[in-house]
Amino acid sequence: MASKLRILVPVKRVIDYAVKPRVNKAMTAVETAGVKHSMNPFDELSVEESVRIREKKRFPGGVEDICAISAGPPKAADVLRTAMAMGADRAIHVELKDGEEMEPLTVAKMLKAAAEREKSNLVILGKQSIDDDAAQTGQMLAGLLGWPQATQASKVEFGENNSITVTKEVDGGVETVKAKLPMVVTTDLRLNEPRYASLPNIMKAKKKKLDKVGLGDFGLTNEPRLKVLKVTEPAPRQGGGKVEDVDGLVAKLKELGAL
Amino acid sequence: MPPSTPSLRHQVIALYKELLYLGREYPLGYDYFRPRLHKAFMSKAGETDEDKIRKGISQGEYVKKEIEMLYYLKRYRTLRKRYDADA
Repeated sequence: MASKLRILVPVKRVIDYAVKPRVNKAMTAVETAGVKHSMNPFDELSVEESVRIREKKRFPGGVEDICAISAGPPKAADVLRTAMAMGADRAIHVELKDGEEMEPLTVAKMLKAAAEREKSNLVILGKQSIDDDAAQTGQMLAGLLGWPQATQASKVEFGENNSITVTKEVDGGVETVKAKLPMVVTTDLRLNEPRYASLPNIMKAKKKKLDKVGLGDFGLTNEPRLKVLKVTEPAPRQGGGKVEDVDGLVAKLKELGAL
Repeated sequence: MPPSTPSLRHQVIALYKELLYLGREYPLGYDYFRPRLHKAFMSKAGETDEDKIRKGISQGEYVKKEIEMLYYLKRYRTLRKRYDADA
């Protein structure tokens, strides 16, 4: 008898992908005040995939629970609402103070505790967040839990006896891995097309349960191991130049020492 | 003008609200989107033929899908350019 799926979907509130990030005056971080935020796009893929597993009845035992979890400032509740509007059943908000950041290891430890508490047997998370681009949380979580992991998934299929076959995007092609539940899967861009969290669904999501907890409830404290020394903007792009003819091109290449 | 059927009227209002909500993220800006949406709805405000209203609603639903797809593709393409070395 196949068990039922209990999916944990970690999501992160990040600066919207369309916003050009600005470095703050003190050059210690990226300016976040008054900047549009939204759900990390890779996390939208993981919410969508969880919902699709339920809707398309892809897992033989069915999906019992889809729980979204986010650690962040009070406003992170917005992305949890979005996740619930897309189809998650409930959400857990680990509240941090405004401006407080967690490193991937702390996030992984928190998610481990959450996965154990919620009795999750599948964690689907974005391969990376578009703000820090660390791409470490999923791997660390799998390591801490001692579960198999499939990173950068572009396809997730379920088989007999709780087995999962995941097609992963790797350099120059794909790699297919198979493992048994429980498992950690991180999503890549081509996994699915996330639905839009429509207004009526956002309204309905307000009725769903959102638990607020603190890091202490998981027996953790937020101790950064890294110190950010300096943040700078990338150097402005050097403009190109036009050459009149072949001689001009050759002269220019010689000037640059390419010939 | 009394509404022909309340449910159709509600459907139209709900559709308008949903489109307004979608318009907040419109690439050319909400200020571009809102007057045009308003105009499109006002141009058919006097419609009383139920079939035509239904047709209008399905047209609105179609536009809604198109906008959602536009947002999805815009985001997908941007991210692909950022994260895919071959793109």
